[in-house]
Amino acid sequence: MRLEARTNIPLGFMLLAPVLAVLASFMLCAGLVAWSGVPVLEAYGLLLQGALGSGFALAETLARTTPLIFTGLAAAVAFKSRFWNIGAEGQLYAGALIITVLGTGMLDLPQELMIPVLVICSAVAGALLLLGPVLLKLHFGVDEVVTTLLLNFIVILLVSLLLEGPLKDPMGLGWPQAEPVTEAAELPRLFRGLRLHSGLLLALLLAFIIWIVSIRTTLGYEMRAVGFNQKAARFAGMPVNRVMIMTALISGGIAGIAGYSEVAGMKGNLTLDLSPGFGYTGIVVAMLAQLHPLGVVISATFVASVFVGADAMSRSAGVPSYIADVMVSVSLLCMLVSVLLVRFRIRWS
Amino acid sequence: MEWLEIFLNTSFWVAAVRIATPLIFGTLGEVICEKAGVLNLGIEGIMTIGAMVGWMTVYQGAGLWTGVLFAAVCGGIFGLLHAMLTVPLGLSQHVTGIGITLLATSLSSYVYRLILPEVNSPPRIQAFEPLDIPGLSAVPIIGEALFKQTPLTYFAFISVIVVAYVLYRTPVGLAVQMVGENPAAAEAQGLNVTIIRTCAVVCGSAFMAVGGAFLTMSAFNAFFFNMINGRGWICIALVVFASWRPGKALLGALLFAAFDAYQMRLQQLIGSEIPYQIFLMMPYVLSILALIVMSRRVGYPQALMVPYRKGER
Repeated sequence: MRLEARTNIPLGFMLLAPVLAVLASFMLCAGLVAWSGVPVLEAYGLLLQGALGSGFALAETLARTTPLIFTGLAAAVAFKSRFWNIGAEGQLYAGALIITVLGTGMLDLPQELMIPVLVICSAVAGALLLLGPVLLKLHFGVDEVVTTLLLNFIVILLVSLLLEGPLKDPMGLGWPQAEPVTEAAELPRLFRGLRLHSGLLLALLLAFIIWIVSIRTTLGYEMRAVGFNQKAARFAGMPVNRVMIMTALISGGIAGIAGYSEVAGMKGNLTLDLSPGFGYTGIVVAMLAQLHPLGVVISATFVASVFVGADAMSRSAGVPSYIADVMVSVSLLCMLVSVLLVRFRIRWS
Repeated sequence: MEWLEIFLNTSFWVAAVRIATPLIFGTLGEVICEKAGVLNLGIEGIMTIGAMVGWMTVYQGAGLWTGVLFAAVCGGIFGLLHAMLTVPLGLSQHVTGIGITLLATSLSSYVYRLILPEVNSPPRIQAFEPLDIPGLSAVPIIGEALFKQTPLTYFAFISVIVVAYVLYRTPVGLAVQMVGENPAAAEAQGLNVTIIRTCAVVCGSAFMAVGGAFLTMSAFNAFFFNMINGRGWICIALVVFASWRPGKALLGALLFAAFDAYQMRLQQLIGSEIPYQIFLMMPYVLSILALIVMSRRVGYPQALMVPYRKGER
């Protein structure tokens, strides 16, 4: 068996890959759904209805899309330069932590100033958390996958420590949760009575900016070159280490903003269940989008609808909601294969 | 001097060896995969599914060893999936591994919930009992730690010896090392790189799954979500710490576990002056430190993470 690189891949083919992967994943998971005793088509119908069937469902889906756009972008930016940042989960909490420190009363600014300042602070917190792993990779050759993964556990324990200590809300009835952020720090809701908040607009703006940076700036060009062939990039005189560090700072920063968006837009305060694995799901989002910043928006919407839809399906039909995680991870693996099939031709000889 | 007396305590050493067991299996499994040139980041998920399947098999009425066998087979299947994607297809080992972990973890949760829909406290099984080796277990302080453990712990120690022997003293082991160091040369010798790498990953993943099964069938007697809790990632760090040698992997796992057991006892001694989370962070911090310290002198397999395609340079 041999793999032959295709030349001239039509755009339609590239766009077909995620569609094929998603269809394959739904088919592969049909057996698992059937095992739960619910007819497969009925279950998938309920899923679709739960995700997109009403205005309320749609708003819930978009609210769930928001953090996934951030973490998906974080993974896409890093993976494009072949920097394997698996620590978006930790960076999200780092961003949320700094917001909790600053946004619950310490900082007193009018809303027009407060929001940008907090966005920047959360980005800095996320970026700083990723600075360690990237420096360790560049100077000691320590694999960033392991360090970023381990940092996730460390940061979450730190959050738990602070929530039971200095950041604990005295009005929280003993629950480990932080004080809610002040009104000025809150990201305003987009519609009355729905949880959808302006973090979504921030996420869309960020996706657009990252896209422009990647196709229109020297830095974006260098980031792609480093990911494509590091040796060639170095040979061409690019500052590979500096590009790597910039990549890491941008990636960590975006993930940090996800923490701000979740605390100030969605939950109102920092708790230990702020993120049900958004950082890890972001990897799937990025891969489904083939690391394209605008594609991330679409794939995040898809992944969010699977999660929101599966919750609804679980409530009404009794299929365990973990099916969403299974479907999303199967579509990641299918995506890897279908991208391969698009890029290469398999020759059996 | 209470903090020193911990070392004279038999229960400390028993706990250290118990904590080390899943790490030994996991690290050993990862060593086998990486020796053949394949990084297996599926380890966290494979340990989780091993823990779930082993426990579930016994809960459904089968014997304990059948449970271990089923766990190993399941681990092997996920290893096969990882190998299929990364060896013949040459996909990114990082992303595929994370994908395997996400899949295996979520599948464990899904299947567990499907079979046991509404349980508030996790049901329990009759787990492995410690096996007393008469005479030797009476040795003061460390006797019980080494000779009064559950059968899976002995199995872990034996596995280390067997794997070390196979890797360094048999043609099969040399072939595995060769495809991890220089696959083109191995191919020239008439070895089938794809098959050897695939077998190594399957075999290594089976070990990881048994490590997971130890947790639900020996250390505890129930399955909890998130019970692996980063142990797989710690194993990845231990492989580097052990410079890819099975013997050193055993040593590393024991050292690590001793530290873990020690901090738990120290925590009880100190009380609540220092928040318990600081102690819980220690294993992860220690893993990162170990990676930094060892990074200068590692002799990693030359073809690690390099997919091999016949006839390409």
